[in-house]
Amino acid sequence: MMTYFKEIATGLWSLLAGMAVTIRYFVKPVVTVQYPRQKIEMSPRYRGYPQFIIDPDTKTHRCIACEMCSRMCPSQLIAVEGAKFPGEKQKRGTKYIHEHYYCSLCGLCVEVCPTTALEFSKEYRLVGLSRQDAVIDHLILLQERQKAAGLPVTPIPTAEEIVAAAAAEAKEKEAKAKAAAAAAAAAKKAAPAEETAKAPEAPAKEVKE
Amino acid sequence: MELLAQYLGTEVGRMLIGLVGVIALVSVNALFLIWVERKVSAHMQVRLGPMEVGPHGAIQSVADALKLMGKELITPEEVDKPIFWLAPIVVFLPVLLSFLVIPFSQSLIIKDMNVGIILILGFSTLAVLAILMAGWSSNNKYSVLGAIRSVAQNVAYEIPLLITVMSIILMVGSFKLSDIVAAQSGYWYILVQPLAFLLFITCATAETNRAPFDLPEAESELVAGFHTEYSGMRFAVFFLAEYTNMFIAAAVGTVLFLGGWHGPILPGVVWFLLKVYALIFLMMWFRWTFPRVRFDQLITFAWKILIPLAFANLLITALVMKLR
Amino acid sequence: MIELGIEEKTYTLNLGPQHPSTHGVLRVLLEMDGEYITKAEPVIGYGHRGHEHMAENRNYHQFLPNMGRVDYLHALAYNQGYCMAVEKLIGVTVPERGEYIRVILSELNRLTSHLLWFGAYLLDLGAFTPIMYCFDDREHILDLLDRITGSRLTYCFYRFGGVPQDLDDEFITGVRAFIKRLRSRWPDYDNLVTKNVIFINRTKDVGVISKDQCVKYGLTGPTLRGSGIPYDIRKSEPYSAYPAFDFTIPIGDQGDIFDRYIVRLQEMEQSLRIIEQALDKLPNGPIMAEKVPKRLKPAEGEVYQAVETARGEFGCYIVSQGGIKPYRIKLRVPSFGNLSILPEIAVDTLVADLVAILGSVDVVIPEIDR
Repeated sequence: MMTYFKEIATGLWSLLAGMAVTIRYFVKPVVTVQYPRQKIEMSPRYRGYPQFIIDPDTKTHRCIACEMCSRMCPSQLIAVEGAKFPGEKQKRGTKYIHEHYYCSLCGLCVEVCPTTALEFSKEYRLVGLSRQDAVIDHLILLQERQKAAGLPVTPIPTAEEIVAAAAAEAKEKEAKAKAAAAAAAAAKKAAPAEETAKAPEAPAKEVKE
Repeated sequence: MELLAQYLGTEVGRMLIGLVGVIALVSVNALFLIWVERKVSAHMQVRLGPMEVGPHGAIQSVADALKLMGKELITPEEVDKPIFWLAPIVVFLPVLLSFLVIPFSQSLIIKDMNVGIILILGFSTLAVLAILMAGWSSNNKYSVLGAIRSVAQNVAYEIPLLITVMSIILMVGSFKLSDIVAAQSGYWYILVQPLAFLLFITCATAETNRAPFDLPEAESELVAGFHTEYSGMRFAVFFLAEYTNMFIAAAVGTVLFLGGWHGPILPGVVWFLLKVYALIFLMMWFRWTFPRVRFDQLITFAWKILIPLAFANLLITALVMKLR
Repeated sequence: MIELGIEEKTYTLNLGPQHPSTHGVLRVLLEMDGEYITKAEPVIGYGHRGHEHMAENRNYHQFLPNMGRVDYLHALAYNQGYCMAVEKLIGVTVPERGEYIRVILSELNRLTSHLLWFGAYLLDLGAFTPIMYCFDDREHILDLLDRITGSRLTYCFYRFGGVPQDLDDEFITGVRAFIKRLRSRWPDYDNLVTKNVIFINRTKDVGVISKDQCVKYGLTGPTLRGSGIPYDIRKSEPYSAYPAFDFTIPIGDQGDIFDRYIVRLQEMEQSLRIIEQALDKLPNGPIMAEKVPKRLKPAEGEVYQAVETARGEFGCYIVSQGGIKPYRIKLRVPSFGNLSILPEIAVDTLVADLVAILGSVDVVIPEIDR
């Protein structure tokens, strides 16, 4: 008999304790933010879509079109092309298309790039009317960002320029090869006696990873 | 014209004005209560609730009502059409009729009947019939489950409700609601019958299918219970009936325990509405704090705890009244 | 013999793939007699995405983002399990600071998973406010994790050999402040939920799993520990930096829903203890092992690595045949075993109980279907 009343009393008390918690929270200030009228700052490492870093010295991108990012991407969404222009030491990226609709923001492309050309943007308001709106042409995006920052715009190489650069590259290579062959023949003629005394050189191999 | 003048100022005229007033009150009350529920629930969950439509979302309910009115009334194929169509109407009528006897102030009663309280209790039982009709005719297992639960729940909780009300009637000696209010001019009955008040609030919450007793429409188990198949304006009618039922239950509670329209300075009707909305806030507070009870525990609670306590309360009241 | 002409018929109710309480796309086929269940059969496969098939067609680095999507609620533990398995395969040791950072982040993630379970479970039971309070707490953790990893839910942060980026001071002060805040919220949760008579009546003596059944069905995680078996991989087969920390394994005694609930609440407190100790003892040093090749070509062999996630034992079994892509990766997920107990304990219960039991076992359907 006593347990019956005791149970009712403890039950009632627990309900009142619960109600006390709710009414305390009723008078507390709210913890929500009225987006889009108020916005929150994104954290510094927030992962928006990857974009080119604008190099502080050259004010343009650092992509050398090595295609490591393209090979590393789990979803195969990066298309890179590059060409070596006459007068420059390395290849330069001429096309960089990133299909963002499948991107899982894993960060492998950002990490594996040898020149650290990529970073995560802080853009989270991605709205579009079709799937094509999520395809990012990074060279065009770079131009927009340079314009917004007041920097000189990097021109996108046109198809003819790329073809001309490739042709110039091929010519240079031929000329170099000829010069190298002539120099080797001259060296052979100039030192036939030294060959027997010198140890044979091990041929240089290219180590491919 | 003489005939019209004859009729106005008599019973019929009074009832016509009352009818218009009741319909206005029911609609405004429902819109207001929906907004209040959303705001109360939001602040208890430390968020803001509706803020866009109107200042602090005040016109949100109007926007929702307009949206619901514009929706297509889908009638699934295999339903029992007459009953399916009648159920929303039957759920709404008793609620409207209960307004006939509620004393909003000393003079604001549409018809002060001798059997006031019994009329309200009788009509509230009809709402169960409507839920059963809705659930059965929907031709949907979830709805039938919801309807069965609702019938068992309502029948089980009617009994302690009636017995509790009887304890108050014993003290007053009359079924007239205006008499009950007049008898509380000295002190409110909640002070002498706290147990009865607790029992009444519990039974009223169960009768109106509000949490923690909202099994008939248990969202996480039965999708939407007995009104799963209703869409558009029909669903709005069920919703409206639920909020109006809450108002009636709170009004009965105010009349029985909180002294009706008695109160200093402000006019009676203002005090009445304040007390009614305080009780409604209490019911909303319950909803947003407690989890749902399980079905067999619900029935056990009613039969093993509420009914014995209600009987005990009645016996004690009778004893005290006899000894006076 | 008089025979009654009434047949006992049961009807079939489908707790369909789209349902508010099945925690994902799970279909439970119920045969019911009135409100009581006579047979319950879970039907899975609605969320199959082919993760293990993807593993056979990607190299080891490219499979990293998949692990965050298998169980998105405790993604860092799955990341850790896979990274540890591959590190075992290629023979790389993670430096101490890297291990400590991994433990801190994984334990914070365990907190988010348990907090979400707490809120969602009460939502299933019909209480609409605790989920909002939990999500408020969870937001703080997600902001902290976002500071370090850059993601809020599907993390792809650990790399083979350690972690790629270090913690910063604001993170450490933020975590300490958060630990204090969460500890001040335990009394609120206790008053609102744990001591509530309605909640206790719904969860005591419901869904009892005996020790025998646990072992037979291969349950792991809080579902197992609620029945009284003290098996936690962090203590029985310690990995990473866990041996350095002092924490207990909460166990229940009866194996009903209430015990599993208490076990999870106490596990949250133990996670807070681990994080505190890890922050106090955090060593300086490198966070990433040196000389981890960018294109992995492990030797031939098999490796199995188990970690303790919020749901139980996650095991990653990798078979390598010496190429750059694994021959087979098998993911042993805890929810698959935990769900298998449902047909046995759901007999003779009400639908409301079934929802409560399913919630208390804490299944995440995407990881069952992978």
